[in-house]
Amino acid sequence: MTQLLRLATAGSVDDGKSTLVGRLLHDTKSVLADQLAAVERASVDRGLSTPDLSLLVDGLRAEREQGITIDVAYRYFATPRRSFVLADTPGHVQYTRNTVTGASTVQLAMLLVDARKGVVEQTRRHAAVLALLGVPELVLVVNKIDLVGYAEAVFQEISAEFRGHAAALGYAASDVVCVPVSALAGDNVVEPSVNTPWYDGPTLLHHLETVPVAPDPHERPFRFPVQQVIRPRTAEHPDYRGYAGQVAAGVVRPGDEVVVLPSGRPSTVTGIHTPDGPLAAAQAGRSVTLLLADEVDVSRGDLIASASAPPQLTDELDATLCWLHETPLRPGARVLVKHGTRTVPAIVTALVSRFDEQTLSNTDAPESFTLNDIGRARLRTAEPLPVDEYTQDRRTGAFLVISPADGATLAAGLVGAPLPVL
Amino acid sequence: MQASSTLAAIPRPAPPVPPLSHLDALESEAVHIFREVAGEFDRPVILFSGGKDSTLLVHLARKAFWPAPMPFPLLHVDTGHNFPEVLRFRDELARSLGARLVVAHVQDWIDDGRLTERADGTRNPLQTVPLLDTIAANRFDAVFGGGRRDEERARAKERIFSLRNAFGQWEPKRQRPELWNLYNGRHRPGEQVRVFPLSNWTELDVWRYIEREGIELPEIYYAHERPVFRRDGMWLTEGPWFGPRPDEHVETRLVRYRTVGDGSCTGAVESSARTVGEVIAEVSASRLTERGATRADDRLSEAAMEDRKREGYF
Repeated sequence: MTQLLRLATAGSVDDGKSTLVGRLLHDTKSVLADQLAAVERASVDRGLSTPDLSLLVDGLRAEREQGITIDVAYRYFATPRRSFVLADTPGHVQYTRNTVTGASTVQLAMLLVDARKGVVEQTRRHAAVLALLGVPELVLVVNKIDLVGYAEAVFQEISAEFRGHAAALGYAASDVVCVPVSALAGDNVVEPSVNTPWYDGPTLLHHLETVPVAPDPHERPFRFPVQQVIRPRTAEHPDYRGYAGQVAAGVVRPGDEVVVLPSGRPSTVTGIHTPDGPLAAAQAGRSVTLLLADEVDVSRGDLIASASAPPQLTDELDATLCWLHETPLRPGARVLVKHGTRTVPAIVTALVSRFDEQTLSNTDAPESFTLNDIGRARLRTAEPLPVDEYTQDRRTGAFLVISPADGATLAAGLVGAPLPVL
Repeated sequence: MQASSTLAAIPRPAPPVPPLSHLDALESEAVHIFREVAGEFDRPVILFSGGKDSTLLVHLARKAFWPAPMPFPLLHVDTGHNFPEVLRFRDELARSLGARLVVAHVQDWIDDGRLTERADGTRNPLQTVPLLDTIAANRFDAVFGGGRRDEERARAKERIFSLRNAFGQWEPKRQRPELWNLYNGRHRPGEQVRVFPLSNWTELDVWRYIEREGIELPEIYYAHERPVFRRDGMWLTEGPWFGPRPDEHVETRLVRYRTVGDGSCTGAVESSARTVGEVIAEVSASRLTERGATRADDRLSEAAMEDRKREGYF
């Protein structure tokens, strides 16, 4: 039974991200003949001597014209061990919001640096964003190692500097792996390179195939945002009443004691239904329909949670925001907050501090947050929300900030302060 | 006796639950998306052609609301060049579900002058206007499509919830960031959201799931003898609208379709795969993508799909 690993790339412009992704697709035989033929044709048209593998992934007209990646592109490849969903995110500073998008769902991120340049501003910025969004595993891909003569000292120096930065962001040493790579030549991407005899770690693909898929949501207390009340009212099912949703965290089993929030009414799970038959247990990520023992009032927007470890119910959110919109945020702004399956009006009561990803320091009480700013803020919501700290639960600790005027997504919200340095 | 009742009284930790298989993860993601749309939109509709991806959409939508009926009508833009086997399948499936099927006939738009037939006879690009007109006339606010990101480079950048302006257009630079699985479906009156529950599926995932679930498909997805002729490197079917031209030679070949669309630009592939299992083996070994093998319309330029999406295509 194969499993799915969701991963993202990050790095600054010209580090060779698209080339690396093209290389992974090519070397896992995920690029088919017609795609390769199109790339070869386009490379010749551009006067290039070898096929430019980045053309495999840069899909939009503006990207090919400018030779950069603007938007998150999703790529799919598979080996006999795993299927991979890869979010290829852009490196330009003005597109950092897409790194946030790509990183929000992944279990692993590959951060690229150019071996000739080492850790740069954008590397530190991206690492902070990845840490903030709780990406459990990091891979530092030291690319273009061929261009520094496969020098071990260069690799060691860059790795040591990056490990220091990652540790300051809260990563354990075992969660960071550094690999010397030439995406262009293929060294250490799929096959071990003969040019780096001093490197005894895994190739990039081997690491992606074997890294443990984060089991953390399964060990968390049960959380279940209700999406739909299923009431067929048909001759066959006259009195059926089930609560449809996707398990956000933990595991649920028939007999479990639960509480419905925000009402606080207790009940017991009597069944876990799917069209393929009842289940003895449903784990995080599984879409199911729950049956409860009591005729409690449950509707879309409610959260069913473990009775013994419920989330905190609050209308005062102390949160970290990644501001993703051109319009700046100022204190007093009226917004919408989407948390789980519930959307409520809210007021931003205070901007507490703005975070500098370069120096890992904070500026207190900024006047505003502008595009790509990360900072702490306080919000008051019109109704109480059942929240967990983001570090405890990436689903019930997350929310969107939405513009009531035009519906635009303004910010990614994370409950609490997900980084030790915030 | 004594010992066993004592044992039973001690609460034991429940056995660990294994992680989801990748097909279960994809199914759960799609089901979650269908339920979100049902919860946040007034008038959703499923684009349904009878092809394999839209048949899979309907299958997943039914599972999402079971044992209640699927709460969405179906919409098909019929170019008039569709395969009769597929139209029959489309009508039978809609009837068995008891679902309302809205069909927009491109021919009606040509007859009253809103559209003009193209010189090359291809009607695929003509679908956009009838699609937008029908969405507006029915005030559909969410439109499910079977598009997958692995199909094509511009689709690879598509969000799962894709906001379209009042003209149905896709603006790549104005796409909303899509965070976690919190989908933002808010839109202004007249705007619509295209929703792609199969975004993260590959062609092979689709076939493996079809096998696992025993989903029925139109028979033209499996190998059959068919009179075909060669054009632009593809095997096209004989038919009143498509040709052959006098210089094109018709011969009978053992073929199947990997994608099903407008007959004038959808090619068959030579194949002996008569069962789902044989199709999976064939797709696994294929050195061509399904669109590359079978779609003339994507070959027009490097950005053919992006340009059509900007105009409001699926």
